Amino acid sequence: MNRKYLVLVSAATICFSTFANAASRDYISIVGSSTVYPFATVVAETFGKSTRFKTPKIESTGSGGGMKLFCAGVGIEHPDITNASRRIKKSEYEKCHNNGVKGIIEVKLGYDGIAVANSKKSKRLELSRKDIFLALAKDVPNPDGSETLVANPYKTWKDVNPALPDSKIEVLGPPPTSGTRDAFAELAMEGGCKKIGWIKAMKKQDKKKYKSICHTVREDGAYIEAGENDNLIVQKLEANPDALGVFGFSFLDQNTDKVQGSLVDGVAPEFEAIASGKYPVSRSLYFYVKKAHIGKVPGIKEFLGEWDREGTWGDEGYLTDKGLIPMPKAERDEFSAAIKNMKNLEM
Amino acid sequence: MANSHKYTTHIVRAGLEKRYKKEARFRRMGLAAIIMGLIFLSMLFISIIGNGYTAFWQTFVQLEIHLDASVIDPERTRDPEIISAADFGGIVKKSLRDMYPEVSGRRDKRTLYRLVSSGASYYLQDYVVANPEQIGSTIQLWVPADDDVDMLMKGHFDRDKPEAERRIKDNQIAWVDKLVDQGRVESRFNKTFFTAGDSREPELAGIWGAATGSFFTLVVTLLLAFPLGVATAVYLEEFAPQNKWTDLIEVNINNLAAVPSIVFGLLGLAVFINFFGMPRSAPLVGGMVLTLMTLPTIIIASRAALKSVPPSIREAALGIGASKMQMVFHHVLPLAMPGMLTGTIIGMAQALGESAPLLMIGMVAFIVDIPTSAMDPSTVLPVQIYLWADSPERAFVERTSAAIMVLLMFLITMNALAVLLRKKFERRW
Repeated sequence: MNRKYLVLVSAATICFSTFANAASRDYISIVGSSTVYPFATVVAETFGKSTRFKTPKIESTGSGGGMKLFCAGVGIEHPDITNASRRIKKSEYEKCHNNGVKGIIEVKLGYDGIAVANSKKSKRLELSRKDIFLALAKDVPNPDGSETLVANPYKTWKDVNPALPDSKIEVLGPPPTSGTRDAFAELAMEGGCKKIGWIKAMKKQDKKKYKSICHTVREDGAYIEAGENDNLIVQKLEANPDALGVFGFSFLDQNTDKVQGSLVDGVAPEFEAIASGKYPVSRSLYFYVKKAHIGKVPGIKEFLGEWDREGTWGDEGYLTDKGLIPMPKAERDEFSAAIKNMKNLEM
Repeated sequence: MANSHKYTTHIVRAGLEKRYKKEARFRRMGLAAIIMGLIFLSMLFISIIGNGYTAFWQTFVQLEIHLDASVIDPERTRDPEIISAADFGGIVKKSLRDMYPEVSGRRDKRTLYRLVSSGASYYLQDYVVANPEQIGSTIQLWVPADDDVDMLMKGHFDRDKPEAERRIKDNQIAWVDKLVDQGRVESRFNKTFFTAGDSREPELAGIWGAATGSFFTLVVTLLLAFPLGVATAVYLEEFAPQNKWTDLIEVNINNLAAVPSIVFGLLGLAVFINFFGMPRSAPLVGGMVLTLMTLPTIIIASRAALKSVPPSIREAALGIGASKMQMVFHHVLPLAMPGMLTGTIIGMAQALGESAPLLMIGMVAFIVDIPTSAMDPSTVLPVQIYLWADSPERAFVERTSAAIMVLLMFLITMNALAVLLRKKFERRW
């Protein structure tokens, strides 16, 4: 009796696995960052409409989740391309290698600015990165000037910097799982944290402690995790003129009638300022291609060709309409060459 | 004796007013609860319908397009393949330049091209392929307007705000007004919304792809869950011996009904995708995961339906010599079927509205092509709503609400069907 069942179960297993393995995939499978998603989807759609290939399937899994799926192995059940709002980590690269994903092409597609915005109903703020750090860090240097840390005592922006308005510190932003949050912590908060001499000196002695001071966001209600939905943050800012919100430039660009981006270190989050690198809180966006799949899954080469056009990622390409900040011409040429030569990523 | 009798009625009378008051208070509280519920429900409906009804219309712009034979079909082959390879985007742009000869400068021209949707070239392509005899002449063609123009026409952008605070600039407004004066702008029923798959351009996005995905997913769920659920219920209710094992199974089924749906998604990822190697994002896997989720609902409802069939029917059947199998399949099951169907429809409606378990198996994805089988990658309606709600373009706000309305329509229809079935076939003993 038992043996009969065992045979049945194993027969079913074989049945299922063979039908899955025998099937081939005729569309490109893409996973990865939700920040790159709005751009990758437009390119995929244009590619699907203008060529005889099927439209690629794009899952928004977050940068880390995408890397995990991408590095799981070679074969049609694994994705061909992963998007990331940060560069691939050394550990992820090694994991990829151990799983047989050896040839990876790295392509940078452009930049994205992170805006700290508030409602148009109130005044535009002029923040510095140090203000952002002091307002949002869990532990801040003791206000009396000694080199010790205290739990963040600041309640209003005026407490942080007398030049700022006397309104409650209330910032709506993405949760820790988000790439936007990682970039915000690294660029805005650490950027401000470094301005404090004795903390900066710590970087050399105790890197871990330095990072935890600079990157840890306060948990007493001043920073409100508003989920991954940036539209929701815009709506909440409209309802609460005192609050600030943290989100990507493309959402600011689409909602200029409702919200305004605060100046950070004197620079407003505008297209030109981010493109030229003057705006301090901006990051690079990437995607990674599995070389072993080129030729196995139809259309990957042509899809890369759709990216590598001035009309797509150029200064006036259609991606800029969606809020992407293009790379300078020299950098575009560099990655265009990487696509054409299928340059292997080395780390 | 008389005294004490008087005494009791006295107590009753004294408490009477209090008891009446208590009852009135309880009634008022019950009524208030219902009114509160209705207020919240109507607020939900008003906000969704108020936000979404405009999505069923789409602004169209009439363009005057010269179908230049030397661009479209220089060799006069009339071959559809050669025709469809022509640069229709360029023809649309040229038509816009001809209509606004005063626009110069690269930047302004780029803004001008954004008056019409980037899908306009596909409209033109379809038209020319269908009417090749028109090549060489000048035609008037209605194409969808860009989502920003659509939002302006629907009044979602405030013209009185300073230019810097508006997404749509003064020159764009002037161009649109000129078109309106010429009678070249029209609001039409948004057919695309019901026939197209997903798109990143709101004016080209539709829910048909997601609706087809939902259909395939639900068919798989129904084909698996209904027979399995009914068979389980019949066995447990009619045949299984009462012992520790069946008790354990029963407790587990009741527990499964309360397990958060994301857990089934994780199970599906681990078993169906990682172990059996089934494809990600396929309605087949989605249906299997939702089967796991709906099975407990169907089993519990089916068992309740079987239990409500009076024992006299069973005894009568057995009494005239029916076997146990005949008794169950000829008499008990037909009588219990309406209740089982009701439970199944409610389970299906629950599955239709579910998105959390599908997240784990890759059905939360951008998919443009409309799926043609249960193996093609696809999404489902609630996932489409989630994806649109997360899109930056303003025009997706109304489309999100419109998609919610469509989903609600499906749910209401399914629940109404359940009520109807119950009303029509239900028997009381």
